[in-house]
This record gives sequence, structure tokens and C-alpha cells, in this order.
Amino acid sequence: MTSASLDKTMPLAKKRLSHTTTYWLVFCIVMAALIVAPLVLPEFWAGFLTEVLIWGLLAMSSDLLIGYTGMVSFGHSAFFGLGMYGAAAALLLVKPGNLWLAILFGLGGAAGAAVFVAYFSTRLRDIYFAITTLIFSQIFYVIIFTWTSLTGGENGLIFDQPHFTIPFLVNVPFNSTTMHWFVLAVVAGSYLILRRVTQSPFGMVLQSIRENEARTRAIGYPVERYKIVSVMLSGLFAGLAGVLYAVQKEFAAPDFVYFLTSGEAVIYNLIGGVGTLVGPIVGAGFFQLARQLLSQWLGDQFPYLIPLGIVFIAMIIFLPQGLLGFARRWLNR
Amino acid sequence: MGAVGDFIHSIPIDLLIIQTVNGIVTGMILALVASGLTLIFGIMDVVNFAHGELFMLGAYMGVIAFATTGNFWVALVLASLIVGIFGAALQIVTLRPLIGRDPLNTILATFGISLVLQNYALWQFGPVARKISEPISAEFTLFYLQYPWYRIVIAVLSAAIIGALWLFLKFNKFGVWIRATTQDRVMAQAMGIPVPWVYTGVFALGAAMAAASGVLFAPFGGVDSSMGLQWVLEAFIVVVVGGMGNLGGSVVAAIFISLLEAYAAVWLNPSQAVIASFVVLILTLLFRPTGLFAVPK
Repeated sequence: MTSASLDKTMPLAKKRLSHTTTYWLVFCIVMAALIVAPLVLPEFWAGFLTEVLIWGLLAMSSDLLIGYTGMVSFGHSAFFGLGMYGAAAALLLVKPGNLWLAILFGLGGAAGAAVFVAYFSTRLRDIYFAITTLIFSQIFYVIIFTWTSLTGGENGLIFDQPHFTIPFLVNVPFNSTTMHWFVLAVVAGSYLILRRVTQSPFGMVLQSIRENEARTRAIGYPVERYKIVSVMLSGLFAGLAGVLYAVQKEFAAPDFVYFLTSGEAVIYNLIGGVGTLVGPIVGAGFFQLARQLLSQWLGDQFPYLIPLGIVFIAMIIFLPQGLLGFARRWLNR
Repeated sequence: MGAVGDFIHSIPIDLLIIQTVNGIVTGMILALVASGLTLIFGIMDVVNFAHGELFMLGAYMGVIAFATTGNFWVALVLASLIVGIFGAALQIVTLRPLIGRDPLNTILATFGISLVLQNYALWQFGPVARKISEPISAEFTLFYLQYPWYRIVIAVLSAAIIGALWLFLKFNKFGVWIRATTQDRVMAQAMGIPVPWVYTGVFALGAAMAAASGVLFAPFGGVDSSMGLQWVLEAFIVVVVGGMGNLGGSVVAAIFISLLEAYAAVWLNPSQAVIASFVVLILTLLFRPTGLFAVPK
């Protein structure tokens, strides 16, 4: 009797447990692979992987808007760029450059841009939101591009890489491997925070705005406030990506504030799969890898965006869920 | 008081009048671009991100057709036709499968198209800007300037094209089809209107208008592969300020914004004058988020 009932309940309990266990198991395996990667891969590909992680963070931040709140932002280059220039300001003003101050300044810059964009553009929905975020990012681009005395204009700003510091304990310069680990730690931490956010009651409200905005409002949620917070949160993580990029590459340039950066973030999302958080990182990897391979095979001058653009259009038509779309439910459970 | 008087005296009246003419001329070209955009949006619910690239392709086609035929006006018609047909093909291949899906999909798809077209143009025609000479070289005196008649002709021609579009929508049988489709797609289909082909036709029409404005603009500045983005951004601002899908509203908004930018250019450097239109956009979003001339749908 008892053994029979145990047999019946066991698989159920096991199944419930297994999702969490397998999830964390897969997470640890991927993390381990990414930690070991710079030690195994040749120098060039290790740096490439670091860059993919940074672009992945940018794309992941915009996934919070695209995949969870249902708002497509074409303005994430503004947050990314302000993060970059914020970090540049910290590294140029305070000598010797401090990593944590750079992050703080970068996040401050991105937050400033995000307040501005969020306040105005969340008044609009769908395509109107997309267009206004695009136009706002161009405002920042024009300001940064023309304010030569402050931002260096077209040439951008160049600075020294800060050391990795923990006050009173550690002060070591980065090399490419430790830089990779640092970026990986930040990206993984951001992923866990964003995953927690999307699964929190707050994240549930965002998803209900995506599913049915009118009904969410009717239930009594202040939809506008939720949207503003989600744009700001997304902007902060995009700014963090900008800081990482600035610290890794030791420069800030107006090109990254240009709208093409936002467009690429949207492409990463669509290729990888919106509403999965890890999908955008996979999308960024796919896109950058394809770009790298195309320019290796066909020369630097080859317009890689032509084949990639066609793939992108085909994916919107035939595979709107993206590469990781099949795993979307599993990843969000 | 003295400071205000000094400021009023320091306003260069002649420069302002010149800028008024300039603003109206650019405004009419912008209105032509924006009315194609708003036509496509109003009827198909498609935000055509690739509109600037169709403008750019039109300009290139104009340059090529001008080089082969030697006549600017023939080149204008040829370029519009070619880009119109190309637009129809584009709509059939990429946008028709998306009918009935979330309009956000169309903005993403047209964004992809714009990337492909822009990079194709860069690859095919190179980074150096192409030049095309003005078809009318006559000039008239405007204060200390020799002002080219060609610019005035452009403004009139753009107005004529927009007027013709309005008449077409109002009185032509196909125009009535288009308006019927806008009002109720399902009902129009039930009445025997070939809705998918109406969409294709509208997209082709919008593409041809973008191409025409591209050719008309070509003698002003050079033709290069990145010119599209600047125009589509301005056209987006115009369309949001004028009210999406509102033809008259976008014409008024186009002229208003171009005039404002032209006046701002008197005091600011031209690349900063763009900020004037951004300010208009922000104010519109604050007080009339659906556009200054929005019609309830």
C-alpha cells in the first residue's frame, strides 16, 4: 500500500525538483565553460568572447523591454553610450582611474538618459514608443557628436584602463583573462538579477502589461509607473554594458551612441529569442560570429550586414521566436 | 529695454527671409517623403523604416538614369518607376507574410530591409558622394544672393505631387479602394477588393514618392548611402508631430519643422539646428501625444 502510494508521488516530487536542479546544473556547466574558455581559446577568440558577453548584456537589458514589457526600444545606444562616456569622465577626471568610480559614473550617466527617455517615451505605445526612443537616442548622438570641447566629438575619448581594486586588499592591473572573468562575473550577476526581477511580482506586472495593457490598468496597476521603472532598469543594465566596453577597449566614441548600436541590440534579441534573457546573448554570439567569419572568408570590405540582414528578415517571417524560442517556457519557469 | 532693442536690431531680416524660402523648399521635399511614410502607415499599419533607403535608392537611380538619358525629368520619372516596382516586389516578399501580425514585426522587418539596402548601396556605389547638376540653371536675385529657380520649382512640384495623391485618393476608383481598405479591411475584402494587392500598390506608391523626392533633392547635396537615415528620422518626427496617418497634418508639420530648423540655423551651427525639431517633438509628446492634427480613429 504505502510503497504503491510512494511510487505514485515520487515521480511527481522528482519532476518538480528536477527543473530547478537541471536549470542550475546547466547554468553551472555553461559558467564553467565560459570561465575556462580564455585559458583554452587562442588570444583572439578569447577577446572575441569577452566582447560577445558585453554585447549580450546590452541585448539582455533591452530584452527586459522587448520580451517582458512588450516595448521595442530603438534607443538603447543612448544608455550604452552614456555609460561609456560616464566611465570615460570618471577615468579622465580622477587619477589614478578607479574601476568602481567608473561604474558609478557610467551608471549615473545611463540613469540620467534613462529618466529623460522613460519620462517622455512611455507616454506612447508600440511603434510610437519605438520611434520616439530612436529619436531620443539621436538627440544624445547629436549632442555628443557636436559638443567637441567636452566629448572630443568625432574622435571620442581615450583613457587608461583602471586597475581591478578592492580597497586595502587588491590592486592589480587587468590582463585579457582577468578582464574576461570580470566581464563574465558582471554579466552573470546581471543575468541573475534580471531573472529574479522578471520572476518577481513586479516582473509579472510587466508581463501582464505586455499581454494586455488595458486590462492591467483596469485591475488597478499604475501602468505608466511600471513602464518608466522598466525602461530605467533596462537603461541601467545597458549603461553597465557601456562601462564594460569602455573599460575593456579603453576608449569612448560617438559611433556607439549612433542608432545602429540600438538596432544591433534589437537584432540580437530577435535572432536569439525574445523573453528568454539568455537568448539575446546567444543572438549576439551568433551575429558577431557570423560577422567575424564572413569578414575572414570574404575580406574586410565585404558588407556583412547584407547576408545578416536577410537572415534577420527571414527569421522575423519564419522563426519569430528566435533560436532559443523553443526553450522559452523552460527558462522562465 | 536697450538690450531688447539691440537684439531686435541685430536680427538680420534679409537672412530670415532667405531662410524662410529655404525652409519652405526643404519643407516641401520633407512633406513628400513624410506623406509617403504616412500613407503606408495609415493604410497598412506598417512603419516603414526603409523609407529613407527608398529615398536614397531613388536618388541613385536618378543619378544613373540621368547619366544614361541626359534628361533630368526623364530620370525623375524613370527612377520613381523603378523604385516603385522594386517597392512592390519588396512588399510581396517581406511584408505580405506579416499581414495580420503585430505591427511591431513590420518595423523590425523594414529595419532589416533598410540595413540591407544601405549596405548594398555602400558596396555597389562606394563611399564617395555622387553629384548631379541642377536641370534649371536660371537664378533670381534675393537680396545679396543669386537664388536658383530650381529650388522654387522643386517646392511647387512636390506640392503638385502631394495634391495629385490627394485627388487620387479622393476621386479615383483605386483611391476609393485604398480608403475602403483603411476603414475596414475585412469588409473591403468581402466586397471584392483585392486587399493584399491594394497593400502592394500602396507600398509601391509610397516608394515611388520617396524616390521622386530623392531625385529632386539630389542636386542640392550629394547622393550617398547614408543620406536615408537623416531623412527618415526627420520624416518620423514630422509624422509623429502631424499625427500618424494624417496626410494634411504631415504636410503642415513638415513645413513647420523645416522652417524652425532653418531659423535655428541662423544662430546655431546646422548640425545643432536639428535639436529644434527634437524640441518640437518633445513638446508635442508632452501636450498632444497623438499628434497636433490627430483625427480620432
